[in-house]
Amino acid sequence: MDDTKRGFLKKTIGVLLGASGLLAGRAARADAAEPPDVPQWMKSPGAGFNEYGSPAKYESKVTRTFIRSQPGTTGSGAARTPLEALDGMLTPSGLHFERSHSGVPDIDPARHRVLIHGMVKRPLIFTVDALLRYPMVSRIHFIECAGNSQLMYQPNPPNLTAGQTHGLVSCSEWTGVPLRLLLEEAGVDRTAPWILAEGADAAAMSRSIPMAKAMDDAMLALYQNGERLRPENGYPLRLFLPGYEGNMNVKWLRRLKVVAAPIMTKDETSRYTDLQADGKALMFTYPMEVKSVITRPSHGMTLAGAGAYEISGIAWSGNGTIAKVEVTTDGGTTWVGAPLSAPVLPRAITRFRAPWRWDGRAAVLKSRATDDTGAVQPERAAFIARHGTNATFHFNGIQAWSVAANGEVKHVYA
Amino acid sequence: MSTRDRLCGVALVLVLGACTTTGAGSTANLRTGAQPAVVTPNLGIDAKPEQIAGWDISVGPDGAGLPSGRGTVAMGAAVYEQKCQACHGAKGAGQPNDRLVGGQGTLATGTPVRTIGSYWPYATTIFDYVRRAMPYVQPQSLSNDEVYAVAAYLLNLNGIIGEHDEMNAQTLPSVKMPNRDGFIVVYPRPR
Repeated sequence: MDDTKRGFLKKTIGVLLGASGLLAGRAARADAAEPPDVPQWMKSPGAGFNEYGSPAKYESKVTRTFIRSQPGTTGSGAARTPLEALDGMLTPSGLHFERSHSGVPDIDPARHRVLIHGMVKRPLIFTVDALLRYPMVSRIHFIECAGNSQLMYQPNPPNLTAGQTHGLVSCSEWTGVPLRLLLEEAGVDRTAPWILAEGADAAAMSRSIPMAKAMDDAMLALYQNGERLRPENGYPLRLFLPGYEGNMNVKWLRRLKVVAAPIMTKDETSRYTDLQADGKALMFTYPMEVKSVITRPSHGMTLAGAGAYEISGIAWSGNGTIAKVEVTTDGGTTWVGAPLSAPVLPRAITRFRAPWRWDGRAAVLKSRATDDTGAVQPERAAFIARHGTNATFHFNGIQAWSVAANGEVKHVYA
Repeated sequence: MSTRDRLCGVALVLVLGACTTTGAGSTANLRTGAQPAVVTPNLGIDAKPEQIAGWDISVGPDGAGLPSGRGTVAMGAAVYEQKCQACHGAKGAGQPNDRLVGGQGTLATGTPVRTIGSYWPYATTIFDYVRRAMPYVQPQSLSNDEVYAVAAYLLNLNGIIGEHDEMNAQTLPSVKMPNRDGFIVVYPRPR
C-alpha cells in the first residue's frame, strides 16, 4: 500500500470514528499521540490569530443537512441543523436551520428601512441605525419551522438522522427592540387586532400577526448569539415571536401594517394550515407544541458494545417551559425521568440527559416531554389518529430509535 | 399628555399593580425585558403617503389594497403561457413546481391535492401573492392588468369563474372560493 492510500485509509477511519463518538474508546491508531510519545503539535508553535474563527477542520462534516430547494431554484426550501452532532441548548449561528421562500437577499443595512403604517396615528419609517439606538432585550429562544418533522406523517419511517427529520428547530440568544416600543411611538390603535408583517426578500414573504403577541413579547431582532444576524436568518433584522411557528418570524422585515383583519396571505392560507383527515384545515395554529427528540444515540450511529451510555436529547415548547422529560429504553413499557440541564427557560431548547446501561440486547429508545401548561408530547400513533396524515405541519409526536444487538441505531415507528 | 408620557404611566401602573398583588413585579418585568420607565429616542421619521403607497402591496380578503386595472381569462392565458407555464405546467397542471388547478374533492382522501381551486379560501390571495412573488425569477415585474388577468385565468381553469368574466378590484373579492368554509380558525386557543 502506498502512502497516499494509507493516508486516505487513516483519514476515512478517523472520519468514521469521529462521526459517532459512541464508537470511540479503545480503537487505538498506529500514529496515536499516546504517552509516552510527545505529540507532534507540541514540538512547534501553533497557528497565528485570525479575524473570524471557524470550526476545527476535523469537524468539517458537521454541516447543515438535507438541503432541499424547490425544483429550478436554489433558495426556496430549507436546510436543517445537524442535531445529532451538537450538544447543549444553543445552536451555532452558522448551523441554525434555514427556511427561505425566494433565496437570501443581499441587503445593505444603510439602505434598509422599516415602515410602520396602517391603523396608527403617525406612520413611521425607521433606519437600521435608528433601531440600534433603542432599548433592547436579550432572550434565549428556539425557532421551529412549522414543517419540522413532517416526514413523520409518512406511513413508513424515513430512516434519516435526528437532524434530517427534526433539524428545522434551532435555539439562539436573540437581542433586539421590543416591538411594543415602536408601535407605541407610531401611536398604534390598540383596538386593531392584527399586523401584517412583510420581508424584503424576493418573495416579500408576509404573515398576519396578532396584535396581542406584538404587544407582549415580540421583538425586532438585530443580534443572534451576540453578533448581528446572519443573512440567512434575516440580516439586518427580523421579526421574532417567541414560541410561534418559524414562518411568522418574518426575516428581513421591512413593513408592519396595522390592520383590522388578517390579510390571508398565501403563507397563512395555502401553506401553514394543517389539513385534517376530515378535509377541514386548522388555520392560525401559531405556537409550536411540546416536543422532544433523543439526539444521542440516534439513527445512523452504532454503539460500541454493551456498557454505560448517556442518552442525550432536546425538548422544547412554544407554549411555555419544559417541566419534565421522560425516557424509555424498552419501547414504552417503563419510563424514567431524565434530568434537565440548567438553564431551563421558557420557549427555549432544554437539554435532557439520562444515564443508560445497555445490556447488549435489542432496545427501543424514546423521549416524552411535558411542558408547564401540562401538555404532554403524544405517541406518533395517537397524534396520527387525532390529526391524520395530511397535516404537513405541527407534528409533535414521539420519536423512536431502535438499537439492534449489533449496536446499530435506526429510526422506527414504535 | 404625549404618547411617551402615557406609555411610561401605563408601565408604572402595571409594575405597581404586579407588586401589590403578587410581589413579583420585577419578575414580570424581567420576563418581558421592559423597564419600569422606558426611555426611547423617538427616531421614527414621518412616512409620506406616496412613500407608503409604493410599499403597501398587501391585499385583504375584502379587496382592500386592490389597485385599479382589469384582466380577462384570455389575456391571462397569454401571460401564463409566457411567464408561468415553465414552472407550473400547461394550464396549471403542475411540474416542475406547484400544481394550481384541480384537486377538488380530494382534501379528505389519503392523497389530497391542494390547489387554488381545491384549497385556497380567498381569490384575493392570488392577486396578493402573484404580484409580490411571481414570476419566481422576476417578482413584482407584472403589471396590475397582467396580475388580474392571471388570476382570472387560474380561476377559470378551476371552474370558478366563466371564460368571459373579468377580474378587477370589484369582482375579484366577490369570487366565492370552493373551499372558503374549509378552515377552522384556532387562534387564540391552543391546538
